[in-house]
Amino acid sequence: MATGKIDPMHQFTVETLVPLHIGKYDISLTNSAAWMLAALAVIWAFMALGMKRQLVPGRWQMAVEGLTGFIDDLVRVNIGPEGRKFTPFIFALFTFILFVNFLGMLPLAIVPGWHAFTPTSHFSITGVLAIVSFSLVLIVGFWRHGLHFFSLFLPAGTPIWMAPLIIPIEIVSFLVRPFSLALRLFVAMMAGHILMEVFGSFIVSGFASGTATGFGVGIVSFIFIVGVGALELLICALQAYVFALLTSLYLSDAINLH
Amino acid sequence: MDVASAKLIGAGLAAIGTGAAAIGVGFVFGQFLNSALRNPAAADGQQGRLFLGFALAELLGLMAFTVALLILFVF
Repeated sequence: MATGKIDPMHQFTVETLVPLHIGKYDISLTNSAAWMLAALAVIWAFMALGMKRQLVPGRWQMAVEGLTGFIDDLVRVNIGPEGRKFTPFIFALFTFILFVNFLGMLPLAIVPGWHAFTPTSHFSITGVLAIVSFSLVLIVGFWRHGLHFFSLFLPAGTPIWMAPLIIPIEIVSFLVRPFSLALRLFVAMMAGHILMEVFGSFIVSGFASGTATGFGVGIVSFIFIVGVGALELLICALQAYVFALLTSLYLSDAINLH
Repeated sequence: MDVASAKLIGAGLAAIGTGAAAIGVGFVFGQFLNSALRNPAAADGQQGRLFLGFALAELLGLMAFTVALLILFVF
């Protein structure tokens, strides 16, 4: 930060690691894809080490059972007994988002030239996740209820003269779901990383300035960023939970049709 | 006033919305704690609704933040 200019958006640039082109399509391995693959490898290792099915579970197996039991509870409470077959889907969404978020928080920038990358801080990634869960809601809804699925737009017990008002509102709120789902995760992750970057550069430029004021600013920023880092870890877990929770609530709408 | 400074002022004004979302999120959690301490036995069953309310309140603040970023970096 010798220039004194803070560039918080630089950490979100997608760089090509292995160039790869098929025809006119660019399918290069980027750092985004590499971090998602890393997340998959970590999830696979985490699950594989805990699935030995010991009668008396060790610590690792307890951790894995805690995670699966958590998602199982979430699905059972929010969808009901008919939602059990969607547990793997919700579990995959939750663990993927959780591990990608956590890996993006790794302080890899200590190694010069490296920095952790959070794929969920890009709208294209969270958008695809949201589209997957939204289309599952549509498919399940039309599969189970046929055209009767449209009664979702008119909650039971609504007075009929309210229908012209309620139906457009419900349609808009239904169509906005994938956007809100994707936008929430993307902006929460991006805002957190910008905050960390800005205060991180305050520390560097504060100490580099060599004045007493700069030193004070650096110390205060350092204490602050420890707290923000802890808060960010909470947000990482919370956003993954919220994504899984909202997906299961939308699925519950499609299955049980209020 | 030139466009560059108007842009910065606009982004700053848009960021006020995140403070409004902070009030909303604080209200959600405050009300939850308020009622959870009155009836702790029923609190665990309402956690889903707690986080639903949190997510909805937070989304609006994040939208204000998005508008600020759009003003800063897109236009």
